[in-house]
Amino acid sequence: MIEVQNLSFSYGHHPVLSHVGFTAQSGECVGILGNNGAGKSTLITCINRIRTPDSGSVLIDGKAVGNMSRRELARSVAYVAQKNEMSQTTVFDCVLLGRKPYIRWAVGEEDLRLCTAMIHRVGLEALELRSLDELSGGELQKVMLARALVQRPKVLLLDEPTSNLDPRNQYEMMELVREVAREQHITVLIVIHDLNLALRYCDRFFFLKDGSGYRYGGLEVVDQHTIESVYGVCAKVMDVGGRRIVIIE
Amino acid sequence: MKKDQLAELSAPYRQYVRRKWGFVAICAAVMALACLASLAAGSAGLSLGQILGALVGYGSRETLTIIWNVRMPRIAAAVVVGAALAMSGCVMQNVLRNPLASASTLGVSQGASFGAAVAIICLGAGSQINSGGSSAALTISNPYLVTACAFLGGMATTVLILALSRVRGVTPSTMVLVGVAISSMFTGGTTLVQYFADDVMVATVVYWTFGSLGRAGWQEIALIGLLCLLALAFFLFHRWNYNAMESGIHTARSLGVPVEFLIPASMAVCALIASVSVAFVGCISFIGLIAPHIMRVFVGNDYRFLIPCSAMAGAVLLLASDIACRVLIPPVVLPIGALTSFLGAPLFLYLIMKRGSVK
Repeated sequence: MIEVQNLSFSYGHHPVLSHVGFTAQSGECVGILGNNGAGKSTLITCINRIRTPDSGSVLIDGKAVGNMSRRELARSVAYVAQKNEMSQTTVFDCVLLGRKPYIRWAVGEEDLRLCTAMIHRVGLEALELRSLDELSGGELQKVMLARALVQRPKVLLLDEPTSNLDPRNQYEMMELVREVAREQHITVLIVIHDLNLALRYCDRFFFLKDGSGYRYGGLEVVDQHTIESVYGVCAKVMDVGGRRIVIIE
Repeated sequence: MKKDQLAELSAPYRQYVRRKWGFVAICAAVMALACLASLAAGSAGLSLGQILGALVGYGSRETLTIIWNVRMPRIAAAVVVGAALAMSGCVMQNVLRNPLASASTLGVSQGASFGAAVAIICLGAGSQINSGGSSAALTISNPYLVTACAFLGGMATTVLILALSRVRGVTPSTMVLVGVAISSMFTGGTTLVQYFADDVMVATVVYWTFGSLGRAGWQEIALIGLLCLLALAFFLFHRWNYNAMESGIHTARSLGVPVEFLIPASMAVCALIASVSVAFVGCISFIGLIAPHIMRVFVGNDYRFLIPCSAMAGAVLLLASDIACRVLIPPVVLPIGALTSFLGAPLFLYLIMKRGSVK
């Protein structure tokens, strides 16, 4: 379980987040929604202390992340950035990096086994010795997800993981995230722009507006009024075939 | 999947890692061969038998003197200085996220040169000796003072670079421009210091900046060697952190890398070994830039292998350059700093053209 309490952050004198708070249970997938500049990416980077918040706290299973060492934090929270730097590293080596918080000196058998299993799980076994710069966008995102998952985190932070993917890869990626989150009881916080993708795969929705939490809850909070207020666009929210969809007008 | 099955499935990766270790062994063998070639090169015309005999203590007094007092110190200097410069370039390129980073491109060498010039000329760490007739030469009478001043010069540059890298909006490419500006500043400072020295001092300091492996004695070599070993231990201890840094600073932090410590500490260690090398053998450019890039072609960006391979590649490049310096126009020994730049630049261009870009 993760509890975000009164988190505030500013770049110099420019406030980005103001007293943001929410709670998410293990195995839940929470979509973090809002327009550009609302503070979504800043929020998730404050959660795992990539950025140090000005005030507020984050608790994971009751323990404050501020009191954790970097290694301990990396064992609890995994993160996939919006943009990934390419390097001349093989797929296996990149996934193996996820075991860094556990590796003391040499790579252990357990590390190799976990990485092999995860590479098979995401379907990249044929590419495991390929360099990252030879992969497609979808394959690269799967590698990053695999790297994050071998950290064995309690919380997984994903910053727009589907933004550069075609529809098929978007759905494959989200299916995989939801499946693994439920299996391993991982809380997933996912910054996402596609409302319909969020509606399909997220259990709860946190709307950010101008750096503050606007609404938080289940499907019921994704309504016409919220979307119009957060994004400033006219929208229709409909239930079709038992599924809620949003149409921007 | 069961444990046995998974172990079997990870076999290709294990084989791949074994191949990488095999490549490290090949690098060590090439370095040993380069050392032997360097022992054989020179105007004395020693046979392989004479060289091998001298190595185990047999041979004429003259042969033993040539091998142990003339050639061996040069070889040892080439190995430790080449390794020091290459390792510092390799790690600087990683922590600054800039493929063009090295001690010479960032101005660390020039800062160290300035510090060494101040120590030699202003603080009396160099003493003038008569070498017969009217000619005179300069020896470093206080190597520790020169080392300390060279280190301070190198560190001053490093601190400036790190301070500027924290300013928002400074891109990796800007960092190289910062290095150009800092090098220019220190080169100007060195010129000013020389302006107030007498003719012999100026001539000797200018000659000193050309770079020469023959200048370092066993005491200096031991000091660089010891620092090199400590630096290697530090770098290898952080090899997984450097691997994580390749994914970007944010991802590295999320993987548990203590970025706030790693970057300044690594830069300080790089500046130390590069500055001390420059203090004892003068400015030697391009080794720190090119050796890691050559090795990336073979081992990629895995710092478990890249750090030791770069160190050995740096040693081999400097040994090869030293051989060229001694045999191109015998009995004249060309300045090694000039030769490494002269040969290093086209080699670097070749790599860029071959690979499209140096990543």
